[in-house]
Amino acid sequence: MATMTMAKALNAALADAMLDDERVLVFGEDVGQLGGVFRITDGLQARFGDKRCFDTPLAEAGIVGFAVGLAMSGLRPVVEMQFDAFAYPAFEQIASHVAKLRNRTRGALSVPMVIRVPYAGGIGGVEHHCDSSEAYYAHTPGLKVVTPATVDDAYSLLREAIDDPDPVVFMEPKKLYFAAAETALPARTEPFGRAVVRRSGRDATLIAYGPAVPVALEAAEAAREEGWDLEVVDVRTIVPFDDATIAASVRRTGRCVVVQEAQGFAGVGAEIAARVQERCFHALHAPVLRVAGLDIPYPAPMLEHTHLPSVDRVLDAVARLQWDDQPDRRWLTEDSAA
Amino acid sequence: MTTTPQAARRASPRTRRPATPAAPDPAAGLLPQTDPVRLLNPDGTLLPARADYPEPPVETLREMYRRMVVGRRFDAQATALTKQGRLAVYPSSRGQEACQVGGVLALRDDDWVFPTYRESMALTARGIDPVEVLTLLRGDWHCGYDPAQRRTAPQCTPLATQCVHAAGLAYGESYQGRDTVALVYIGDGATSEGDFHEGVNFAAVFKAPVVYFVQNNRYAISVPLSRQTAAPSLAHKGVGYGVPSEQVDGNDPMAVLAVLNRAVAYARAGKGPFLVEAHTYRMEPHTNADDQTRYRDAEEVEAWRDRDPLVRLETYLRGRDVLDDAAVAEIAEQAETYAAQLRERMNTQPTVDPLSLFDHVYAEPTAQLVEQREQVRAELAAAAEGDA
Repeated sequence: MATMTMAKALNAALADAMLDDERVLVFGEDVGQLGGVFRITDGLQARFGDKRCFDTPLAEAGIVGFAVGLAMSGLRPVVEMQFDAFAYPAFEQIASHVAKLRNRTRGALSVPMVIRVPYAGGIGGVEHHCDSSEAYYAHTPGLKVVTPATVDDAYSLLREAIDDPDPVVFMEPKKLYFAAAETALPARTEPFGRAVVRRSGRDATLIAYGPAVPVALEAAEAAREEGWDLEVVDVRTIVPFDDATIAASVRRTGRCVVVQEAQGFAGVGAEIAARVQERCFHALHAPVLRVAGLDIPYPAPMLEHTHLPSVDRVLDAVARLQWDDQPDRRWLTEDSAA
Repeated sequence: MTTTPQAARRASPRTRRPATPAAPDPAAGLLPQTDPVRLLNPDGTLLPARADYPEPPVETLREMYRRMVVGRRFDAQATALTKQGRLAVYPSSRGQEACQVGGVLALRDDDWVFPTYRESMALTARGIDPVEVLTLLRGDWHCGYDPAQRRTAPQCTPLATQCVHAAGLAYGESYQGRDTVALVYIGDGATSEGDFHEGVNFAAVFKAPVVYFVQNNRYAISVPLSRQTAAPSLAHKGVGYGVPSEQVDGNDPMAVLAVLNRAVAYARAGKGPFLVEAHTYRMEPHTNADDQTRYRDAEEVEAWRDRDPLVRLETYLRGRDVLDDAAVAEIAEQAETYAAQLRERMNTQPTVDPLSLFDHVYAEPTAQLVEQREQVRAELAAAAEGDA
């Protein structure tokens, strides 16, 4: 066992994948000599040569479209989008080609490729560097959307993404890049399509993914002082989604709060809340609540702490889970109160 | 005007310092020729031979003629099938036969083609089953042929996106030691899209063997070329990316093939991409759903009939004594048979299985797709029971 950051684990996953499969090519902006702005590709060019790990013109649609062609020729491209919001020029390639090529051709062509997207905020980044863009991808059939919250998952899910026969948008929470944990590589964790219970509890389930997982865990710890024993489920792979593990947890606890960093409206958390109430209605003692970012463009650094879901906001939501079996006063109107 | 002693000295060859040789113009050799390359006059007579674009073998030109005749008949049949309701829509390429067939003839079978929706004729000229080509427009699936087997990407509807795919594929092929060339068909309007620029640029930077073949048919649906670009020609766009370019009379079959032969040879030799602009004209509306009287005059369309690429090539081949009335009639008969068989096959209703909707979304369906497939299966069973 050794202590390692998520950034190093991702770097190791790329290196091991390149070592195991010579079809794997890593490319994007500044990923070569520089090793990526977050150093996720550090040392890969020196180790594997500039044909395996290389810089490209600064054009995200070009990078992703080029990867489509490489995949058609039998290679395994792994591309880096430098920041979440910088991936938007590539959206047409992703939505119209990466996601659909298998379907359009009845499986004759497929595009096994990984699009790595450093995403979300909490790092004091200036505008266009902190978007939570996972909902756009999760809303696009044909893509898998994966986001690790632990060091072991970072390694294991990225290895699985590179081996996967389908295109994977691999969302890396920037604020967790330099969070360290004990690990022994090559770590192998649960496969795609499996959510994991990070903390067991009896009173309510917090469902989170990516950058919101540490917030949920911290909230669960703090909730002990309030007398609540909270379970925390890490979604890990938004697509494919694990209804079974999540529904089983909520049926056990009877209460549920979904926590996400992204703005809440029409987001992944909304989908999760809907799925939970569809499957667990008779087990629920309270409505499923959501704690999400505000419905605003990502704010300037000095205001981001107001935007980001906090432990307090999660605890406030937990407090509203109708422990006294009374209606949530927040939603009461004059009519309903009468 | 008086000459000063200094000026006289400067002008004197004996006293002038040896001149530094001028650095070669890095753009030299990249720019297209001022006039589109033409080898045949519109009346089918041969222009003086030129060293840069040698005349293709006459047997190849005869085969080109045959495929153009069959292609035009296919195109007319597809338009007719649309009027009969067999196709949802059909974008005709009538008038562009030299480009449609030339692009395919310049390639080997193991080369790749990246077509748009207007390339149905090119794909049938490549030997792909016309029913499979028309699957997209009939509507029983998206791509009807096997792109991997036919080395032909699905017909691309989002404009210019395939420019980047071709760069990646061609680079990937050369990276793996294969000398495959990729040829991209695009139109004049698509050269305004960002992906055209990104594709040509990526191909140039990575020296990917791609031929970008622009069929400039002068209209993007209704929008004329003047609204797409202020460049002297679309071929001039290549120089900005360090890509050699040429423009060609797109209704001169011999010139189209000669220019594409050179472009393909350049790419296959590992020198990188090549950009070709063919000046041509779409004789039909954008699709059957379009009304071209709203944006162009009948006289303009009529004037292009005098530049018919089929007539031009037929006249030339007759003059070379490789084509006579009997051969023309025989090829026309082939085209009729081809169209009749297509008509017959397209007049049967294709069977579509609603449950196939869930195939090929992913390599393995997700749990959610399995649930939805079960739901549809139950709906179908209930409907069948109701019918019974």
